[in-house]
Amino acid sequence: MITLSHYIVLGAILFCISVAGLFINRKNVIVLLMAIELMLLAVNINFVAFSRFNHDVAGQVFVFFILTVAAAESAIGLAILVLLFRNRSTVNVAEIDSMKG
Amino acid sequence: MIDPSLFQLVCFYAFATVTVVAALSVITLRNSVQAVLALVLTFFSTACIWMLAEAEFLAIALIVVYVGAVMVLFLFVVMMLDIDQEKIREGFVKFLPVGLIVAVVMLVEMLGLIGVRVMHAQTMGENPATAAGMSNTEWLGMALYTQYLLPFEIAALILTVGVIAAVALTLRQRTGARKQHPSEQVAVKARDRVRIIKMAAERPAESQSAPAQESKP
Repeated sequence: MITLSHYIVLGAILFCISVAGLFINRKNVIVLLMAIELMLLAVNINFVAFSRFNHDVAGQVFVFFILTVAAAESAIGLAILVLLFRNRSTVNVAEIDSMKG
Repeated sequence: MIDPSLFQLVCFYAFATVTVVAALSVITLRNSVQAVLALVLTFFSTACIWMLAEAEFLAIALIVVYVGAVMVLFLFVVMMLDIDQEKIREGFVKFLPVGLIVAVVMLVEMLGLIGVRVMHAQTMGENPATAAGMSNTEWLGMALYTQYLLPFEIAALILTVGVIAAVALTLRQRTGARKQHPSEQVAVKARDRVRIIKMAAERPAESQSAPAQESKP
């Protein structure tokens, strides 16, 4: 029998994998964007599971909106990435430091 | 005869294993194109898991929107940019311990929090959509177009802003290239093209001879 904990544990594992990915891939912005997508997916798994197990439609509606915003976010992120590569010829995070943050 | 709930559990474990392995390969693969393809596999097996949770609409939306659109966009960008694959993984070993420690500590904390509630593990129960006499899509649509109508329209607005921002960011004006300006062509008035000058009428014979006389002396 699948329980709520199964889904939450899966979400937690995916979330931690993507956090590790953010730390490991310091040289490639594209993989960083993909790790963020993974993170949103982990959150979505939790939302779907809670919606199903608590018999509440709000969770699935929220997943719908997260999907929308994530699609817009990745489109703009990739546009910025293309612009950055055109100007600097690199996707290395360490070299993108012109703002001196 | 296999018990259906046992079969569901086996399916869940299979899909979850594929999801986790694919997610691990997303962050460790050397080649960016392979990483994108691994991410596609992650999304697909997650959609299967959502199917098990009877969230059919979202599972299909995940495949259509993510695998069909967003991942293709990622593939386009990865293949378009000429990235030096060797230099990219230089810091991999350097940051590996930090990443592992943070991830493992976070995982242990989360599992600890979840473990508190494992004692009364909640089972799925009846599908709420079926209980209301609807399909999952209908159930979701009922809430989306009544209670959440304004957020739904705002989501449409966000997507429009995303499209405009993406185009505005990547649009490049080439210098020295010849091109048409349709807005100026449409907005043009007759007086911009033809200038009508009032002048006294002259006889053709005089106008031809007049410059000739001036140049003589």
